[in-house]
Amino acid sequence: MSVQTEKRTPPLSTTTSKRPAGTLYRGREGMWSWVLHRITGVAIFFFLLVHILDTALVRVSPEAYNAVIGTYQTPIMGLGEVALVGAIVFHAFNGVRIVLIDFWSKGTRYQKVMFYVVIALWVITMLGFVPRHLINVFSH
Amino acid sequence: MSQTIEAPRTPVRPARNKGINWEKWGWIYMRVSGVILVVLIFGHLFMNLIVGDGVSAIDFAFVGGKWADPFWQWWDVAMLWLALIHGGNGMRTIVNDYARGKMTRSILKGAIFASVAILILLGTLVVFTFDPCPTGQPADLLPSFCAA
Repeated sequence: MSVQTEKRTPPLSTTTSKRPAGTLYRGREGMWSWVLHRITGVAIFFFLLVHILDTALVRVSPEAYNAVIGTYQTPIMGLGEVALVGAIVFHAFNGVRIVLIDFWSKGTRYQKVMFYVVIALWVITMLGFVPRHLINVFSH
Repeated sequence: MSQTIEAPRTPVRPARNKGINWEKWGWIYMRVSGVILVVLIFGHLFMNLIVGDGVSAIDFAFVGGKWADPFWQWWDVAMLWLALIHGGNGMRTIVNDYARGKMTRSILKGAIFASVAILILLGTLVVFTFDPCPTGQPADLLPSFCAA
């Protein structure tokens, strides 16, 4: 015979709601931040593989390294670097948001607000980075 | 006639309580390395893309100048190890989520592990065996301190 603890019926609002209580990842901010975190993470991972290989060319010869790094300085790659930095900055700020959700006692309560803080910080960072980077790319 | 119905959410297997909980340490690693990587990568991007002429100033002499300093050698090696393991573990999570077949999962995870291990080895060797002033190379491609 098993010992059953007394179970109370949950309030009607939680059983009839289409969204289960206590979920962070279904729908809206919680879900889209997760989707973006995955996509940016995969993109950054594949860039990292290429970036280590191109940097390893310093061990081959100065000419080899300069030839390949020269392709990073073209206008098209310059725009690609804007996308790359955009992905990294989102992944970084949203990563801090995830850490706060996990470790800060009020993290889950403010997860939606924190998503918009991530977006705002992303916009500010990109406003600082993009003009400076594009000047470096297009004026040389 | 009676039928026993299992309590909802009864685990298929009892929870393991022996040995190292690798999934837990992986979870912790993602958060700890992530916070350190924010600092390391933002510093890396600032030094290489913002300061001076940014990306258009990067060449062999630029890298040679940086890696002549052990500070930047260790900065980049720390970034290499932390980022590759962080990225590899993230990719493993995605394979666990989406790849169905047993064979597919093994192949994908094997490829992730191999690329991470090989690139960590390659990158670490490159940073620490790097010679900023290789002999027999045109002086205009080398860092200015090589002439001294």
